[in-house]
Amino acid sequence: MRLIIRKDYDQVSEYMASYIKKRILEFKPTPNRPFVLGLPTGSSPIGTYKKLVEYHRKGELSFQDVITFNMDEYVGLPRDHPESYHSFMWNHFFKYIDIKPQNAHVLNGNASDLDAECLQFEEKIKAVGGIELFLGGIGPDGHIAFNEPGSSLTSRTRVKTLAYDTIIANSRFFDGDISKVPRMALTVGVGTVMDAHEVAVIISGAHKALALAKCIEEALIVCDEDATLELHVKTVRYFTNIEKVQAELIGLENVGLQGGIKKYSTPVPSPVRDQFYGVPFKTPFKKE
Amino acid sequence: MAKDTNPPVTKIINCRLIRDKIIYDDVLYLQNGTIIDPLVNFFECGEEPTRVIDAKGALVAPGFIDIQVNGGFGFDFSQCEVGGEQVYVENMKKIARRLLKFGCTSFMPTLISSASEVYHKILPLLCPRKGSKNDGAEILGSHVEGPFISYNKKGAHEQSTLHNAPNGFSDIAKVYGISETGNNHSIRLVTVAPEVEGVMDSIHDLTRVGITVSIGHSTATTEQAEKAVEKGARLITHLFNAMQPFHHRNPGIIGLLGTTRIPRPYYGIICDGIHVHPNSLRIAYDAHPHGAILVTDAVPAMGLPPGEHTLGQVRVRKIGNERVEVIETGKLAGAVVSIDKCIQNFKKFSGCSIVQAIEAATLHPAQLLGIQHRKGTLNVGSDADLVFLDDDLNVITCFIAGEQV
Repeated sequence: MRLIIRKDYDQVSEYMASYIKKRILEFKPTPNRPFVLGLPTGSSPIGTYKKLVEYHRKGELSFQDVITFNMDEYVGLPRDHPESYHSFMWNHFFKYIDIKPQNAHVLNGNASDLDAECLQFEEKIKAVGGIELFLGGIGPDGHIAFNEPGSSLTSRTRVKTLAYDTIIANSRFFDGDISKVPRMALTVGVGTVMDAHEVAVIISGAHKALALAKCIEEALIVCDEDATLELHVKTVRYFTNIEKVQAELIGLENVGLQGGIKKYSTPVPSPVRDQFYGVPFKTPFKKE
Repeated sequence: MAKDTNPPVTKIINCRLIRDKIIYDDVLYLQNGTIIDPLVNFFECGEEPTRVIDAKGALVAPGFIDIQVNGGFGFDFSQCEVGGEQVYVENMKKIARRLLKFGCTSFMPTLISSASEVYHKILPLLCPRKGSKNDGAEILGSHVEGPFISYNKKGAHEQSTLHNAPNGFSDIAKVYGISETGNNHSIRLVTVAPEVEGVMDSIHDLTRVGITVSIGHSTATTEQAEKAVEKGARLITHLFNAMQPFHHRNPGIIGLLGTTRIPRPYYGIICDGIHVHPNSLRIAYDAHPHGAILVTDAVPAMGLPPGEHTLGQVRVRKIGNERVEVIETGKLAGAVVSIDKCIQNFKKFSGCSIVQAIEAATLHPAQLLGIQHRKGTLNVGSDADLVFLDDDLNVITCFIAGEQV
C-alpha cells in the first residue's frame, strides 16, 4: 500500500488526476487494448474529474480508448434525476471528454431484472480483461460504494438495501426529505474492487480521518493533511518521508509510476541532500 | 435496425451556454434541427455524435429574434410591384439569409400603414415558415404596424392610408383581408393606437385570432394605455418613439412602465443610440428590466453601404452604419442598426449583464409571442438556432435549424 499525503483537497485532486493521466499514457491504450477505469461518484472525486477534464482540453489526454465502469447507482431513481449517478457522471465528467458512449458503463437502477443487470456488469468487466485502475472514495465510516462496513470482502456486484445511516446522510441531496431517498442501490462488491489491478482511494477532510486510520490495505491512497488527523504522527511522517526519500535520494526518474523502484543509484552528495537532512552540506572545493 | 437510421447528432463542445439566466461551461447536442437532451442521447443511443464542433470557449446564445424589420438591403417589405410576388418572395429570402450574419435567426417582416389592397396581396406571402441555411432566418409571421394609428403620431407612415374602425373588429379584418374567426393568416403582431375609434374594443378579438397586440404610433393617455393592456395588449411599439413624451402629470404610454395596477407590458426599443437617448433607455430598463425587447425597426437602407440611395421615391443618404437621413430635409429616415449592434449598445447603455442583454433579443420576444418552448432559449426541445459570440458580443458564427451558416 502507498499512502500519498497532500496539503489539501486541491492538491489531492491534482495528484490523483495526474496519476491517472500518467497511468493511461503509460498504458498506451488502443481500441484492441483499452484502458479500463473504475469510477466513483460523490464529493471526493469531483476535483479529480475537473483536473482530468482540464488535461483533456489541453490535448494531453484522450479517453477514446478508455472504458469506464461506475461503482453504483440508486434503484428506481429516474436516470435523468439530478441526483442520479448517471447525471453526476454526465455533469462532472462524461460531457466534457471524448469517451465513447458505448464505453461508459453505469449500472442501470431501473433495469427490469436487477440481478441480471448486476451479473451482466460483472461479465462486461471480465470481458474487457478486468479493471486496470479502480478509483474510489470512502465514506466517514469506511464504506466504499454502497458496501457498508462489514460487507463481505468477496462480495460482487449486487442489489443492496441502504443502511438507515446512509439514507439519513443522503437525504441532504433530496431536499432533506428522508422519504425521497431511494431505499436500494446497485453496487459493485468489495471483491469487484479488489480484483482490480490497482485501487486508488481519495480521502479528504477531517471527517474521514477515522476511516483512513482503519483503512483497508492493498491500495494507493491519496489524502489531504486533515484526513491524517487520526493516524499516528509516526505513520504520517513515514509516508510523507518515503516520497521525499524516493524523490531526492533515488531520483523520480528511477521510481515507477506504481511505486516500484527501477534502479537504485548510489546517492551522491548534492545540495538537494542538504535540504533533506536539514544541515548545510559543506563542499570542500567551491566552484565559481 | 433503428440504430442505423438514427439521424445524425452534432455535439458542440467548449461552449459557455446561456441557460436559465446563468452562463455554464457546457456542451450542446443537436439533432433534426432541435436541441436534444445530451444525457439521454449519451446513455441511450450508445453511439458517438456524428459531428463534433469546438466552440473554443465562445458564448453560445439562442439565435436573436427581431420582431420589427421593415426591410433591408435595399428591399422594402411594404412594397410589392404588380405581379411581383415571385420577386418579393425571392427578395425576402435574400434578406432572411443576410440577417443570419447578424445572428438574427427569426424575424417578423413588418408592414407600415398601407392601402387595403397591399395587405391583401402581401400578407399571404408572409406566412410563418421555418428557417434553414438556404431560406435564411425563420419568418415568425408578419408584424402589421398600422393603419389603425394616430394621425398625430404617424411618423413616416403615409397619412392617406390611416384608418379608423367604427365597426370594430370587422373593419380591421376587412382592411387586412383576414377572417373574423379563424387564425388562418400570417399576422402575429399588430401595432395599433387604442384611442383610434373602434380599436379599443377590437383588442380582445385580435388576440382571439392569434394576434399579439401592441400599442404604438399613438397619443393614448396612461389611462387609455392601461385599459388597452387590460383588454389584452402586451407590447409597446418602439418605446419613446411615436408617442407622447413623458410628462410627470400625464406620463402617457410611457407611464405603463410605472403601473402597479396591472401587469406591465413588454416594450420594444430601438437601440441605435439615435432613436432613443442612452439615458432614456437606461430609465426604461431600470423601471422594467424583464420587459425590454430589442428591435431594429430596420428600413431598406439597413445593410446597404454608406452613401446615397433611392428608397421608393425618396433619396436618402446613409452616414456610417447607424444613421440614414432624407437628403432633401436632413430628417432621420429610419433605423439601420443591426440586431447584434443593438445588443452591444443595450449592454453599454443600460449597464446590464451579458445574459440580460441577450435575453432582451431572445427570451423576451419569444415570451411575448408565446413561442418560448421552441425559441429564445437553449432548453431541450428548442429549435437549434444558435449564435456564437465573443465577450464583446460580436457574432462569430450562427446556426439555423442545426445547420452552421
